[in-house]
Amino acid sequence: MSVTFLGMPADRPFPRNAARAVRDSQLRFNLRKATRTIRARRASVVAEAPDWAELREAGRAIKEHTLRNLDRYLVQLEEAVTAAGGHVHWAAGAAEANRIVAGLVKATGETEVVKVKSMATQEIGLNEALLEQGITAYETDLAELIVQLGDDRPSHIVVPAIHRNRAEIREIFAEHMSGWGRPAPEDLTDEPAALAEAARLHLRERFLKTKVAISGANFAIAETGTMVVLESEGNGRMCLTLPRTLISVVGIEKVLPSWRDLEVFLQLLPRSSTGERMNPYTSTWTGAAEGQEFHLVLLDNGRTRVLADEVGRQALRCIRCSACLNVCPVYERTGGHAYGSVYPGPIGAILTPQLRGMGSELDRSLPYASSLCGACYEVCPVAIDIPSVLVDLRSRARHPWPERAGMAAAGWVFERHGRLARLQRAGGRLRRLVPRRLPGPLGGWTDTRDLPEVPRESFREWWDRTDGGRR
Amino acid sequence: MRVALFVTCVNDTLFPDTGRAVVRLLRRLGVEADFPRAQTCCGQMHANTGYRDEAVRLARRGVAALRGYDAVVVPSGSCAAMIREQYPKLAGSRGPFADAVARVVPRTYELTEFLVDVLGVTDVGAYFPHRVTYHPTCHSLRGIHLGDRPLTLLRQVKGLELVPLADAEECCGFGGTFAIKNADVSAAMCADKVRAVLDTGAEVLCAADNSCLMHIGGMLGRQKSGVRVMHLAEILCSTETAGVR
Ligand code: SF4
Repeated sequence: MSVTFLGMPADRPFPRNAARAVRDSQLRFNLRKATRTIRARRASVVAEAPDWAELREAGRAIKEHTLRNLDRYLVQLEEAVTAAGGHVHWAAGAAEANRIVAGLVKATGETEVVKVKSMATQEIGLNEALLEQGITAYETDLAELIVQLGDDRPSHIVVPAIHRNRAEIREIFAEHMSGWGRPAPEDLTDEPAALAEAARLHLRERFLKTKVAISGANFAIAETGTMVVLESEGNGRMCLTLPRTLISVVGIEKVLPSWRDLEVFLQLLPRSSTGERMNPYTSTWTGAAEGQEFHLVLLDNGRTRVLADEVGRQALRCIRCSACLNVCPVYERTGGHAYGSVYPGPIGAILTPQLRGMGSELDRSLPYASSLCGACYEVCPVAIDIPSVLVDLRSRARHPWPERAGMAAAGWVFERHGRLARLQRAGGRLRRLVPRRLPGPLGGWTDTRDLPEVPRESFREWWDRTDGGRR
Repeated sequence: MRVALFVTCVNDTLFPDTGRAVVRLLRRLGVEADFPRAQTCCGQMHANTGYRDEAVRLARRGVAALRGYDAVVVPSGSCAAMIREQYPKLAGSRGPFADAVARVVPRTYELTEFLVDVLGVTDVGAYFPHRVTYHPTCHSLRGIHLGDRPLTLLRQVKGLELVPLADAEECCGFGGTFAIKNADVSAAMCADKVRAVLDTGAEVLCAADNSCLMHIGGMLGRQKSGVRVMHLAEILCSTETAGVR
């Protein structure tokens, strides 16, 4: 199996990353504030839609149908894009996609590209790959810009700089903007308007100079070969219209059969994602537009393998709204970096180990990065049953031996009620000997909590002694 | 009506008061529940930690023990969710195991469902003169959709002052082996829950699941907060003349 690269180093398991994040009180404060705000906004705009349950079901069904007929719709998409004057390239993995894009940029003779925020290009580590070829990629989404200037990694799907507060952003702008282009004004404050203005001026210069743009797409319409990008800031529209060459890297699961299907997703996505009824900018383009050259790179990178899995394939329905991140109590306390992948939070916990395989300790630990509270499933606009996929993935990888031994012992006891009864009797007699601190991995629990007192008599014994309380 | 009590392994072993409370409460309402001896554990810990084969074995035992009853009452939203949500998946669509599961699942009720939906009572005649707050627990809330049944029952308890819990729908961080595998995140989640509980000024935190209560109660205890945790059944069982024990 080829190794699928997901744009993040993957060395330490999730619990160790998480332990570090949990101790970072600034991070926790920033995350808590941001996720709670956006969560409340989502809840209120979703409550406004009386047909939300039907919309969600329609979204699920359209995606499901498309995935089941993906081969057909992809060929249709290719034909439509080509007919409209675009060029279609197929990439099986990250390396191939990067090679294709780098080749296309080089052919233009340019060494700088502007980027519309895109998960697919992050997934394949495109910016880093281009840099190796002497090409600099400039992110133009405000949050991506903050991440790039800060030499940081995105921590959220929609709000990559969610882990940063205003003061930190001001510092990053003041210190690093000048190294990348137009510097921040001397008197930059941490007022949101001042920060936005600094970014606007910095980016404006870039848009007017750059001849090549790279984007992803939220949806690709098979019927007409149309790409659709939803965004909030307008930077995307600048990238999509100003440069002479436009290259879009799009995961094969992004295809939708027809324009009609968009109706559903244009309602589901903005509400779930930013808590808005509609996103400020929706750009669509079909093939090559006036004087522009258009290339579409269709990316597999593990997706067909996921599609083959009966339980896990539903993860490909994901429209990257990040509602599951914003509501996840684990994500709220760890942030995105702990997941070691560009896909953090609940969706990352099921998508990353499927795309990348469970070869590393990190990838084996991701399906456990959840208390199975079910909040993610409840908010997911395409009804991905994340808890079920987590449980299914947990049963795949080999477990550590002490745990296997413990589970086997527990299973053996529960196999016969007589065994359980004997153990309970022994426990009742030895109850004073239970230590305050449990050994080994169980110690994590007793470090902050008291164990319950073991009762003198189990329910079972009480029932026998009193004939169910009748004596 | 033949009613079986599925008391759950955690209650049986660590919280027998809850089982006793359920038996007494049901008896007060005219229902004699049976305790099928062959029951042990629903297998949730194994299933959710990724030990599917063991979970299947325990699920088989579970449905065999509970066969032949008109109703199975479970004083745990979490174990009720296991039976109703996961047993059908473990059993598949055909064969004797699947048939047995298909018979047991629609007859399985979490305690408050049984009281409100089957017996049709909301006032169980309880008396509990304390300030109480209620934590809905994830599996009660999103697994089996208990809704406001527990609150409806609590509101009818004489003397009880019910105080709302902030961010009640948030997970307490227990999640079975999650509390061990991700101890730091779990403790952070629990700490937030504990803070919300203390902010209510309640004397008692109640829920329909002893495992979550054990988790939150463990931290309330460690912090010497003085707040007690109690299973809902124990509150509903209390009367003016008889406490729980
Ligand atoms: S899994 Fe669902 S909720 Fe999460 S990002 Fe994807 S579509 Fe949104």
